[in-house]
Amino acid sequence: MRSLTLVFIFVIAIFASPETASSQTVPGAQNSCVNCHASADDENLAQPVAKLKNDIHAQRGLSCVNCHGGDATADDMARAMDSRSGFVGAPTAKQIPAFCGKCHSNADTMKRFNPAIRVDQEIEYASSVHGKRNAQGDTSAATCVSCHGSHGITAIKDPNGPVYPTHVAETCGRCHANADYMKKYGIPTDQLQKYQTSVHADALFKRHDLSAPTCNDCHGNHGAVPPGTASVGNVCGTCHARQSELFGKSRHKTAFDAMNLSECVACHSNHDVQHPTDELIGTVSPAVCITCHDKGEAGYETAEFVYRRLAQLNERIASADNILKRAARSGMEVSKASFDLNDARDSLTNARVVLHTFLPDEVEKVIVPGEVISEKAQQAGENALRELLFRRQGLAVSLIVIAVAAASIYLKIRQIERKQ
Amino acid sequence: MNVPIKLTKWLDDRLGLESARAFAAKKTVPVHRHSIWYYFGGMTLFLFSIQVTTGILLLLYYRPSADAAFESVQFIMTEVRFGWLIRSLHSWSANLMIATLLIHMFSVFFLKAYRAPRELTWMSGAFLLFLSLAFGFSGYLLPWNTLSFFATKVGTEVAGVVPVVGGFLVRFLRGGDEVTGATLTRFYGFHVAILPALATALLFIHLLLVQKHGMHVPDSIKGPVKTMKFFPNFLLRDVTGWLVALGALAALAAIFPWELGEKADPFASAPAGIRPEWFFMFMFQTLKLLPAKFGAIDGEVLGVLGFGVGGLLLLLVPFIETKASRRIAMLVMGGGVLAVLYIVVLTVIGYLV
Repeated sequence: MRSLTLVFIFVIAIFASPETASSQTVPGAQNSCVNCHASADDENLAQPVAKLKNDIHAQRGLSCVNCHGGDATADDMARAMDSRSGFVGAPTAKQIPAFCGKCHSNADTMKRFNPAIRVDQEIEYASSVHGKRNAQGDTSAATCVSCHGSHGITAIKDPNGPVYPTHVAETCGRCHANADYMKKYGIPTDQLQKYQTSVHADALFKRHDLSAPTCNDCHGNHGAVPPGTASVGNVCGTCHARQSELFGKSRHKTAFDAMNLSECVACHSNHDVQHPTDELIGTVSPAVCITCHDKGEAGYETAEFVYRRLAQLNERIASADNILKRAARSGMEVSKASFDLNDARDSLTNARVVLHTFLPDEVEKVIVPGEVISEKAQQAGENALRELLFRRQGLAVSLIVIAVAAASIYLKIRQIERKQ
Repeated sequence: MNVPIKLTKWLDDRLGLESARAFAAKKTVPVHRHSIWYYFGGMTLFLFSIQVTTGILLLLYYRPSADAAFESVQFIMTEVRFGWLIRSLHSWSANLMIATLLIHMFSVFFLKAYRAPRELTWMSGAFLLFLSLAFGFSGYLLPWNTLSFFATKVGTEVAGVVPVVGGFLVRFLRGGDEVTGATLTRFYGFHVAILPALATALLFIHLLLVQKHGMHVPDSIKGPVKTMKFFPNFLLRDVTGWLVALGALAALAAIFPWELGEKADPFASAPAGIRPEWFFMFMFQTLKLLPAKFGAIDGEVLGVLGFGVGGLLLLLVPFIETKASRRIAMLVMGGGVLAVLYIVVLTVIGYLV
């Protein structure tokens, strides 16, 4: 009797275990959820089944009941969707984070699919503006499904997915670029449009550089917040580390903080950040320095000096490059000098970074070696062109000597043969 | 007796200069409408001597390792006084030498100068052609630039299709499974030691045989043939030709210095437009155009075997075509014409496509 009771408990335990039920329930003919929803006339009811084919969860062997509960083996709708068998149906916006978090916040569950996967998305979400508004009952605030979709959820690495780097801006823009949708929040809706004109978007879309930043790289994804004035430098500094470090030590840092200016954004802007040119520094528009510095101030002079020195080095490099190219086109071997000129280009790039110290001496320390290298390359190019002229003159002399020798031999042959 | 006469007598007693002088004074060259072709052998010899001289000079600075080869040639081209001239002369002269060698060979062929008793002269000449091609192939890699690296990779791969010994041949040529620094060192050894030693010996035999049998007079020249003295009449004409060649070489070297290209990067993917040197182009193009399969045999295998057989036929021409049969003579001459046409057409296609 005791053993019979044990067997009974064991059988009940197996049946009651949701994991056992789910592992035996796969989308298809045996799944009553799929059977009914697929043939439903209501598009809203039928759509999940159609979308599920491309869903990462379905591809990993999960099915309707794994998220929605219920009994997929029951033919009867009432039994299949009985709350006693765990049926929860479609979650409300407020329920969604916990609904997904049931698995995604559970390290044990997620380990079965990918041991390296993160399980802190739900916590991060709760700290985000989206999460906070959602918790307050704002049904317009983004939840998991707003970005990832619901029944057609793709892996984050899927290039067609909405959260793949090249689609992130568009995904965020669905709400943030929608003026009507964002009206009640009173925030700008031109971020997407601006971003699309930025150097970052150029890198991502035109140069196909997936490491180029899109919305989530600066704002975070699950924990998305607008970076405040104080934290912008940290955000930009994750990629532009040296500029950020030099700026942090510069006198501008204190001044910007005092004026409540956002450190990088004040000069470079944010969403529509453009490829910085040397004209950004200096005393002539579009230079940004003159926004704060007036003529006669030390800052004004520094800006003028740095711009002038950058322009001078740039000019020297261009001149050396030009002469080396001319020499190379004439067949002269100047590849070493051309290669060495890259060091001067490095100096120029370095100077454009070092200028974030806003100290003329520091910039000068980098510019001068670049000028020395450019000068050497220029010399090499000039020498090559002089050598080319020497070769041509040498050739002319040689050909004259050869022609005279050949003519002399010809005359000698005639002389010999006349005697013979 | 004054000093020069004394010295000459002293040397004559020991070296037998008088007999050499007597031979030179007696030596004559036939004069007829085909005499122009006699100059191409001498021209090839002159260009070979330029190769030896400039090659020795390049040896003073060249360093045969994957790390230093390119840089050393770059150094020769930019830092060594007249280094650019020596290297450009070496490269241009190599190409001109192959060209004059081919003209010399085909003129000998079409004038049937290979016939008895000059079979060995022909064969030594044919071996000298093969050696020159080997010189060209091995020398091409030495600057260790991208083009030469990948051309050598493709070229040595071809050896791999030779049945039975292909694998061994590739490893022997490359000094391993891939083209590496070991290949460079090996090619350097071939180029500056093994090939020159063989070429010198063969050249000595070739010239000795030419002296022994004299210049061949083509059958088409009937009746008594006029002659001119070799020394000084013919030699002075030869020297005139050499001076013209020297002038052409100087102009090519000064106006079109031989390019250095970019240093080879074994890990980079092969660049577009890899080409062998022009004298290998017809073979390269043939292998490219051959279909993958001819029945059960690979097209490439057939191509390589075909060129092997072609080389063998070339070597054995004096034994295939003798005076005995007019029909065979016509066949061989027809084959020669076709071979020239084939080489020209395939080379042109190779550069156009």
